[in-house]
Amino acid sequence: MTQVAEHTDRAQYQADIDTLAAADTNDTLSALRDAGAEKFSEMDFPHYKEEAWRHTNIKPILKSTFRTHIGASSASVTTDDLAAHSYTKDGLVEVVLVDGIFSSELSSLDTLPDGVVISSLATSEASMDLLGELVNYTNAFVALNTALVQDGVCITVEKNTQVDVAVHILYVTTGQANTATHPRNVIVAGESSEFNVIESYVGLNDESETLTNGVCEIVVGDNAKVTRHKVVSEGASAHHLMTTQVTLGRDSRFNAFAMTLSGQTVRNELCVKMTGPGGHCDLNGLYLNDGDRVIDNALFVEHASAKCYSRMGYKGVLDGNSTANFTGMVLVPQDSQQTDSDQLNNNLLLSDKAVIDTKPQLEIFADDVKCTHGATIGAFPPELIFYFQSRGMDPLTAHGILTYGFAAEVVDAIEVEPLKERLADYVFTKYSPN
Amino acid sequence: MLHVNNFHVNVEDTEILRGLDLTVNAGEVHAIMGPNGSGKSTLAQALAGHDAYEVTDGTATFLDNDLTEMPPEERARLGLFLAFQYPVEIPGISNAYFLQSSLNEVRKSHGLDELDALEFQELLAQKMELVNVPMHFADRNVNEGFSGGEKKRNEILQMAVMEPKLAILDETDSGLDIDALRIVSEGINNLRDPERAFVLVTHYQRLLDYVKPDFVHVLYQGRIVKSGGPELALELEEKGYDWIREMNPA
Repeated sequence: MTQVAEHTDRAQYQADIDTLAAADTNDTLSALRDAGAEKFSEMDFPHYKEEAWRHTNIKPILKSTFRTHIGASSASVTTDDLAAHSYTKDGLVEVVLVDGIFSSELSSLDTLPDGVVISSLATSEASMDLLGELVNYTNAFVALNTALVQDGVCITVEKNTQVDVAVHILYVTTGQANTATHPRNVIVAGESSEFNVIESYVGLNDESETLTNGVCEIVVGDNAKVTRHKVVSEGASAHHLMTTQVTLGRDSRFNAFAMTLSGQTVRNELCVKMTGPGGHCDLNGLYLNDGDRVIDNALFVEHASAKCYSRMGYKGVLDGNSTANFTGMVLVPQDSQQTDSDQLNNNLLLSDKAVIDTKPQLEIFADDVKCTHGATIGAFPPELIFYFQSRGMDPLTAHGILTYGFAAEVVDAIEVEPLKERLADYVFTKYSPN
Repeated sequence: MLHVNNFHVNVEDTEILRGLDLTVNAGEVHAIMGPNGSGKSTLAQALAGHDAYEVTDGTATFLDNDLTEMPPEERARLGLFLAFQYPVEIPGISNAYFLQSSLNEVRKSHGLDELDALEFQELLAQKMELVNVPMHFADRNVNEGFSGGEKKRNEILQMAVMEPKLAILDETDSGLDIDALRIVSEGINNLRDPERAFVLVTHYQRLLDYVKPDFVHVLYQGRIVKSGGPELALELEEKGYDWIREMNPA
């Protein structure tokens, strides 16, 4: 039965791949799509028996048929529709893509500082070289994204450029039923540059089942610093799968925040490779889950060089019948001496029926390393609740405030003020007792 | 204000308080002293309503309300305050927000309007000055990363904000150096009021040099075995708790 369903599913994807190829758009992306299509034909979708996907239930995604938007979406989106998700009023540079296609009308690129180039993938000459270099087919969804890529965002930051204003990439899914988009981002920060980016994935429709199948590639040059915030606010019936591949040069720094707020199935896969000594990556995440939703964070950090530091700090709040998975894998090869690595995954279960599967893991072949990993799952200790009660607050109020505090710790570490404020408000509204 | 009669309290099926009697009136300061294990903290926690402390016999009323079946938050709203011996840390929640929520719960229960952030900020600033705590206490997470002394001072700040009718201070003086003790004591003295009563639970006489009690009680083996004025504390200091043990052989 599954076989048949999967077959049907591939057929629609293949039909869309053929349609794009036949369109002969003279598009700079077509060579890449061909390579992706070939890979896709060779690869099976991930199976639950594969360790990295063991706990991600993608059956609903494989059983459904998703037609890929070809060309610009017919749906009209106005600035009013985006008001709740836009940061232009806060002075941020904003790139808007509607159903996967760049919209110049909705984007605000006027305040873009010198030294930064932002372009739509469909029109960028430069992006092709970068895409060809960086793509790494870790699973069939990456191949599918590559085979169906039509547009996306390419950002290059010149050497020694410090970008003070954050860039917001806003992907909006209008939510035509059973459609798929394949967002693709490439971010290259040159030597000694500094750059802040927010990627938002927003669904405007909670009813219809859609698929966002994204790939993001980030290169942090030597001595550069990139802070990347990913915010998933997909529609309630939407599926979101995304693979992010990051390469760090020597003495570089990568800070990441993965904030998953909504969506039926969300998987954030983050692969970081540290290629030179002095690399530093700090990966933070927050997932707020309820209903019967599934959120999966899969992190792989490869200490390909000695003398690098990595940290993972992910927190989750699970309510209802929801499921979350955390997989953190840190790989330290034999020559990567003086590696320093910490992994921590803390979970708060608000319901007896919520499920968390957490697996912080280490694979160490070097002998001079300092690595820790840990996970916690729990509710609040009674002593804490009693303290609130002794100050006049009932247990329900105590739980609300404590849940907010638990989640706010991740939010508080964000340095882009408007994003921090908006996320803090979101968390507060979601859990505050009043 | 507080009437405790023949109070029996179990912790994990072990009887700790064995028929304790205590009456506290408005404006009075009572010190309860005793050796380790005599039941001092049990009395404080049981009066505040911790559910690990099971009242098996006797009565406790506060402002004519029966305490024994009352949830802790309602006791707090009535004006009963416990300063904890070991205040807990609350990650992610600022002191200011915690105290504002706390005060507003109390105000709501009395049919008063809640204070908004700005109004509360003003009130908090006054209270911080009154009990001499630095301004950075407001924005720091509740007790997180606080030293032992800072935690105790934070309890006094909470007391100042909540303006209780009866404050029970559970070994607030323990572990304080002399400077911190002086600041904490001044805070307490600044909150003394004809309408407000204090119960100071302490192991050491030192606190009573700074906060003058009206009554001193000696708690031993779950009962008050001796009561007197401030001079009793001095006598205890001089003779030590062995004096009490000898008078009350097991």
